[in-house]
Amino acid sequence: MLKITTPLTDETVCKLRTGDRVLLSGTVYTARDAAHARFMEAFERGEDLPFPLEGAVIYYVGPAPAKPGRVIGSAGPTTSGRMDVYTPALLERGLKGMIGKGSRSRQVREAITAAKAVYFAATGGAAALLAKCIMETEIIAYPELGPEAVRRLEVRDLPLTVVNDIYGGDLYEEGRKRYARL
Amino acid sequence: MEEALARAREAEESPVGRGIIEELQANVALAKEEAIPVCQDTGMAIVYVELGQDVHITGGNLYLAIDEGVRQGYEQGYLRKSIVADPLRRENTGDNTPAFIRVQVVPGDKLRIHLLPKGGGSENVSRLAMLKPAQGVAGVKKFVLETLDLAGGNACPPYLVGVGIGGTFDECAFLAKRALMREVGRPNPQEHLARLEEELLEAINDLGIGPQGFGGRQTALAVHVESLPTHIACLPVAVNLSCHALRHRSREV
Ligand code: SF4
Repeated sequence: MLKITTPLTDETVCKLRTGDRVLLSGTVYTARDAAHARFMEAFERGEDLPFPLEGAVIYYVGPAPAKPGRVIGSAGPTTSGRMDVYTPALLERGLKGMIGKGSRSRQVREAITAAKAVYFAATGGAAALLAKCIMETEIIAYPELGPEAVRRLEVRDLPLTVVNDIYGGDLYEEGRKRYARL
Repeated sequence: MEEALARAREAEESPVGRGIIEELQANVALAKEEAIPVCQDTGMAIVYVELGQDVHITGGNLYLAIDEGVRQGYEQGYLRKSIVADPLRRENTGDNTPAFIRVQVVPGDKLRIHLLPKGGGSENVSRLAMLKPAQGVAGVKKFVLETLDLAGGNACPPYLVGVGIGGTFDECAFLAKRALMREVGRPNPQEHLARLEEELLEAINDLGIGPQGFGGRQTALAVHVESLPTHIACLPVAVNLSCHALRHRSREV
């Protein structure tokens, strides 16, 4: 399995192909629906986001609370399609990677190839396993959003699957075609 | 659900799909060992109460008592608080209340509580249609398959598929949800509905969606159909999906 680190560069992203399994280490930022809506408001006001977008990876997750002595509670992906309306604006401004589950709209897939970015799936519902890969966490914005606050996560060997690569591949389409019996 | 996953692991033809199911199994084992949720989305608390008609509840309000239970359970269990107070203003209530409670009066002197913490992802891909009676069983099948086709890999397959047929617009949706509370894979006692369940399962698994939607044969682990009488002009059908992280408990008091 290929090991990659954040921030993502063109060089790394070029190596990734639809269907590849990778282990991601480094910093990722969490954001779901409500945080994305705030990002758009920040753009409208001409303000910066709470973290640098250049080469950044966003994980669509609202983690469960940590038990005492733990870094974080269970932390698997949420459905990415709900973020589709916001995503192109982020890709235009330097976002390089997204982690979630489920397919993306055509506009997002086109924006991914245009921005040389990549969309990964984490296994939906494998949230206890995924939480094990999170070493550190800190709320960096919008604490009032509860599970939807923006967190900085330090991850080690987070297991991911490449869904949309820069070459226009789409794992959901290709996988289904292979196994569909019509 | 664990047994159903083990069977799916054996039956899956896609190596990627098998890998995913193994990951889900390892996740369940780890969650048990550490006493943490299998999925971070610990859901909205859906509570279905079968209230025996001879039961007399004293000392307070049943609905408030259930909400209090949800409040304490989600806090003490380190579960995620996933409820917003207003669907448009969207402020989190902070304690996962209110619960979504439905009470039905049944014969007897027992109180039976079913709890189904349901994630938002699989709720979002659920659908309902008011078909014409002429569309019949073929129409029902088409609608169920369409629903799965649209859901694709979005709501964490392998799924459990709850189907409600008949009743009214609202009863039909509830039937689909109640179907999810049946023991996984136990067929409907009515023969024609049991057959429909089998046919739907096969057709769904021929869609090729597979575990996590990466392609494969195990898109659904089981289909549960429930039905009710309906109006001469109506054929309601509802599909409520559950992901592999189906959590369901019943208690009798
Ligand atoms: S669909 Fe189920 S497994 Fe997937 S994120 Fe939601 S609750 Fe978790």
